[in-house]
Amino acid sequence: MSDTIAASTGDTTQPPAGNERRISGVSIRLEGVTKRYSGQGKPAVDAVDLDIPAGQMVMFVGPSGCGKTTLLKMLNRLVEPTSGKIFLGDEDVTGQDPDQLRRRIGYVIQAGGLFPHMTVATNIGLVPGMLKWDKQRISDRVDELLELVGLDPEVYRDRYPRELSGGQQQRVGVARALAADPPVLLMDEPFGAVDPITRQRLQDELIRIQEELGKTIVFVTHDFDEAVKLGDRIVVFDVGARVVQYDTPEAILADPAEEYVADFVGAGATLKQLTLTRVSDVELIHPQVTRAGADAAEVVRQATAAGEKYVVVTDRRGRPISWPSVAELSRVATVPDTVDEKLPVVGLRSTLNDALDTMLAASQGGVVVTGRGGVAGVMVVETVMAAIQRTREEVQG
Amino acid sequence: MWDYLVDRRGLIAFQAFQHVSLVVQCVLLATVIAIGLAVLAYRSAKVTGLANGVSAVGLTIPSFALLGILLAPFGFGITPAVIAVTFYATLPILRNAVVGLAGVDRSLVESARGIGMSRLATLRRVELPLAWPVILAGIRVSTQMVMGIAAIAAYVLGPGLGSFIFSGLSRLGGANALNATLVGTIAIVLLALVLDLVLVLVGRLTTSRGIRV
Ligand SMILES: Nc1ncnc2c1ncn2[C@@H]1O[C@H](COP(=O)(O)OP(=O)(O)OP(=O)(O)O)[C@@H](O)[C@H]1O
Ligand SMILES: [Mg+2]
Repeated sequence: MSDTIAASTGDTTQPPAGNERRISGVSIRLEGVTKRYSGQGKPAVDAVDLDIPAGQMVMFVGPSGCGKTTLLKMLNRLVEPTSGKIFLGDEDVTGQDPDQLRRRIGYVIQAGGLFPHMTVATNIGLVPGMLKWDKQRISDRVDELLELVGLDPEVYRDRYPRELSGGQQQRVGVARALAADPPVLLMDEPFGAVDPITRQRLQDELIRIQEELGKTIVFVTHDFDEAVKLGDRIVVFDVGARVVQYDTPEAILADPAEEYVADFVGAGATLKQLTLTRVSDVELIHPQVTRAGADAAEVVRQATAAGEKYVVVTDRRGRPISWPSVAELSRVATVPDTVDEKLPVVGLRSTLNDALDTMLAASQGGVVVTGRGGVAGVMVVETVMAAIQRTREEVQG
Repeated sequence: MWDYLVDRRGLIAFQAFQHVSLVVQCVLLATVIAIGLAVLAYRSAKVTGLANGVSAVGLTIPSFALLGILLAPFGFGITPAVIAVTFYATLPILRNAVVGLAGVDRSLVESARGIGMSRLATLRRVELPLAWPVILAGIRVSTQMVMGIAAIAAYVLGPGLGSFIFSGLSRLGGANALNATLVGTIAIVLLALVLDLVLVLVGRLTTSRGIRV
């Protein structure tokens, strides 16, 4: 039903870029924020001024020990600033009760920081509990959040953190941070401890969630590719949290402010451009898509008529589960519902870099692309190659 | 021996109950004291060292000597017994509580503070539950230890099975003297085993499935 409505009213359900996007975040403003740890000569954070617009995801990058974590923790006053002012919206928060303040700011750390003696549901419900929500509302909210981060509530609600994979723990960590719908989310290297493929999935999810919610997110990372992929803007710091450059990923890649930034961005800037191009920006091919359990002969006939060699099979909810060849399908009566664990899948918002990684990891020449309504198409390795070729030409000419 | 048991079953049961009651109450009190002290101590390396030192030295004080010292201000009776038993019970629990609390992952504490839990809530909802298995191990050691010490407390006319042992020892060679001593000793060993089982059960019931090993 909702599909037909969306189709008849055009593209309004798809949030377009710019000011039509839903924004639930507030701006953050730092004025001369300084932190001097006792017994240290130089301040860890030295008179930082920074303006973070509402609803944007801003990435903090910089060398180890330059003060990123310290600066982040001053935003929720886990570290008390030595001097300076911090504003959320128009509110000066430097004088507020820190516990109250933190309940309005989501906080995610590496490995999620989940409490091992509490179930997933208890972990997520902590902040709403402190805000005195009633039981039913908390439990509804927990389920809603688990859905949001892509975990089935029925399966995961009552599990303990040790019964989850690293990536799942991280998802729950994000859900917990979002529980009371805070306008601001602080994330300190949240995906630092998971393997590259899981990290990429988590990044895709975060992009999707952010498109839906429009929070103000401050995200610390060591990984410049991650910063380029996720950030609306990137802050490059040097020692003492000196802001060296604060701009969009495109601008920083195209025009690094100092030698230092150029070094930090690293060689292979053309390849970094792959991180700027989204799967949704390139041409996809659209193979036959079918549900598990369909009549195989009929599917084979249609695919052959269309000249396809492969068919994408989805489960009941439209999620891709396998990618058999037409030849394989012609040997069975109904389309099997076996789930191919290795099936390469990326989202429309994934970068070409991720898509290439996923293909290589699965040793496949293509990758299934999913969008809001299920399978959006397939991208093949030739498309990536063409994109590399194009950016190379652009950079040279 | 059998006749002795049957004859005095009422008295034995009464003293056994008194003994267990003294031990359980003193251990409960000791747990509260030990956790309180540990909470004050565990975040400073210096105080932690001090607590461990006191704990180690305290355990070397002979219980007879301590009881003797306590007789002067408190006289004979239940008070010196309770003080002595609680003192010894506190020491192992204190050591374990400090170790357990200090062993809680700092990033979890920070995470708790980061989502807006107060210091007290963090202690109550995160640090103590995570340290609990270690604290409970200390409680088990304490309980075993003070089952014996409570027997010695009968020397100052404290309640419990120690009275059988002392009355037996003081009349060794006399009628039923050996029986009295044996009954007191064996009963203490059996009750200690039972209490330990109870504590294991308590441990299972009070430790979250998420951190059970
Ligand atoms: N609690 C503390 N007490 C004293 N000094 C500290 C404390 N925390 C951090 N520092 C110092 O402050 C400086 C900045 O540390 P910070 O953790 O903010 O760096 P970072 O940019 O997050 O580094 P990384 O990328 O390695 O996480 C470092 O020199 C560090 O040694
Ligand atoms: Mg850091």
